[in-house]
Amino acid sequence: MITRFVLRALDGKIVVAIGILLAIALLVPALNLLVPLESAFHVPTYAVSLLGKYLCYALLALALDLVWGYCGILSLGHGAFFALGGYAMGMYLMRQIGSRGVYGDPVLPDFMVFLNWRELPWFWYGFDMFPFAMLMVLVVPGLLAFLFGWFAFRSRVNGVYLSIITQAMTYALMLAFFRNDMGFGGNNGLTDYKEILGFPVQAAGTRNVLFAMSAMMLALCLLLASGIVRSKFGKVLVGVRDAESRVRFLGFRVENIKLFTFVVSAMMAGIAGALFVPQVGIINPGEFAPANSIEVVVWTAVGGRGTLIGPIIGAVLVNAGKSYFTGAFPEFWLYALGGLFIAVTLFLPKGIVGTIQQGWSGRKAMKAAEDAEKGRDADVLPQAAE
Amino acid sequence: MTTVSETRAKSLLYLDNVSVAFDGFKALNGLSFVVEPGELRAIIGPNGAGKTTMMDIITGKTRPDTGRVLFEDSVDLTKKDEADIAQLGIGRKFQKPTVFESHTVWDNLELALNRSRGVFATLFYRLTPEDRDRIEEILSTIRLTHRRQELAANLSHGQKQWLEIGMLLAQEPKLLLVDEPVAGMTDAETAETAILLREIAKTRSVVVVEHDMGFIRDLGVKVTCLTEGSVLAEGSIDFVSNNPKVIENYLGR
Repeated sequence: MITRFVLRALDGKIVVAIGILLAIALLVPALNLLVPLESAFHVPTYAVSLLGKYLCYALLALALDLVWGYCGILSLGHGAFFALGGYAMGMYLMRQIGSRGVYGDPVLPDFMVFLNWRELPWFWYGFDMFPFAMLMVLVVPGLLAFLFGWFAFRSRVNGVYLSIITQAMTYALMLAFFRNDMGFGGNNGLTDYKEILGFPVQAAGTRNVLFAMSAMMLALCLLLASGIVRSKFGKVLVGVRDAESRVRFLGFRVENIKLFTFVVSAMMAGIAGALFVPQVGIINPGEFAPANSIEVVVWTAVGGRGTLIGPIIGAVLVNAGKSYFTGAFPEFWLYALGGLFIAVTLFLPKGIVGTIQQGWSGRKAMKAAEDAEKGRDADVLPQAAE
Repeated sequence: MTTVSETRAKSLLYLDNVSVAFDGFKALNGLSFVVEPGELRAIIGPNGAGKTTMMDIITGKTRPDTGRVLFEDSVDLTKKDEADIAQLGIGRKFQKPTVFESHTVWDNLELALNRSRGVFATLFYRLTPEDRDRIEEILSTIRLTHRRQELAANLSHGQKQWLEIGMLLAQEPKLLLVDEPVAGMTDAETAETAILLREIAKTRSVVVVEHDMGFIRDLGVKVTCLTEGSVLAEGSIDFVSNNPKVIENYLGR
């Protein structure tokens, strides 16, 4: 059953994409660690972490695409799931600091000592254990998505109303996490990490491993997403996107279909956040900012929603652009991002990958039509976009 | 009252004194209506007579304010939602053809096929030989075998209507509700659709809402005329179309 699911997922383009991801998981660390500093092929350590950050964003965009591109749920709050996954990882990293903090308390993180707290709040228990923290990376975003989706999809909140509620959700979380008495470090967030699983977070070796993990996680989630969209369930998802009432009148429980997809997507976003935090070294309530979630929508739209490769390409391209612009012309970045979104909406409504695919299947269809005119048997008909 | 309970006992669908109002407008006003197993029934009536509202109530989209709706004399449809009712065996075709445009004709039918519809059942679903045969069979019934790999978006209007009827067949319903199947069809397509519906009605009950009197004559079945949310007349097409009240309220307009 599982094998069939995986085999079906491994369609040509997905195999290539997974191959590329696994290759860079090896190649980038090799170029950083093995190639001498003076060589033109040397990748500096800061760039490894920067690329790792892009891959986390790519995973977040892939997660959004699963609900938006395939199921038609425009979530403007996916940054919240990303941030929650990040906080779960951040809490583990804080507990690893131990007595090496500024105040040297063996259990309490610095900010708690600073606030005169005597003991660890209950929700910090267990985060000193890596497996528990990793479980929470999945469970916390998943649970929030489940509760949110349970009420929203059951009461049939749709379209722009749903988008607004997701936006409100991430905004409310941002305000909550800004409060010192929430117990998550207030507006400073969680930072000053020392070790992850006993390895120093800042060391080049650790950074390379984190990069490779990000690439492999992205490959794994791509495989999972591909398996989902290529199954009959995936076809139902597209049905929900295009003609929800028809799916309902065919006897499917649309609310369960949406709920499952939303939860899977939130968990993927949580994984992305958890990989992001040790690579950038901080998580703070700013990650919940509504604008962040909207940026994810832009990456996905630029790359091509409703294609699995598109959001990955979109996230990497836009963020590479952002790194360049914010360095070279800092005051123009937001204009460039806004302009890009408008340009894509007007000229490439299907995004980069969607437009390429459309051109490709269009050529195939034209060829088939020509063949048919010449009397040859034309079996090559356009297929549904992935 | 013996006659009423007798009709109810052998009925497939039984509506008794159903009323519903939207913002004070009575869309249905004490509507009573019975469909027997294996029956093909046509429903006519002017715009706003409550035809679509009646379908909404039967399929669980709208809840009636008062009245009873029973399926197979035992299931209270007013307590169920769309998915439950579809799984009980009531299929519905919308006025505007509603198919999955970005899927192929084949995939449209595969999705509609009456199989387990849970999340995990569909995630790990595999096309079995029986399912393949059933889809082939439906493709030939709806005359779309040659376009099976075409995207539904590329079908003509009439073909989309047939594809939607095919999807309902794949659902294996006991009762099929069909809303204006020949709206926008050419004469040839209309005649073909009448044949198709008669074929389908051999094995299940079908209720057709239609404005096209020629088409209803082609079907040659019992006709119910609705006006202002209740039944005005019921009987053969000649009986109903000669009824002075029907002429006044609908045909004569």
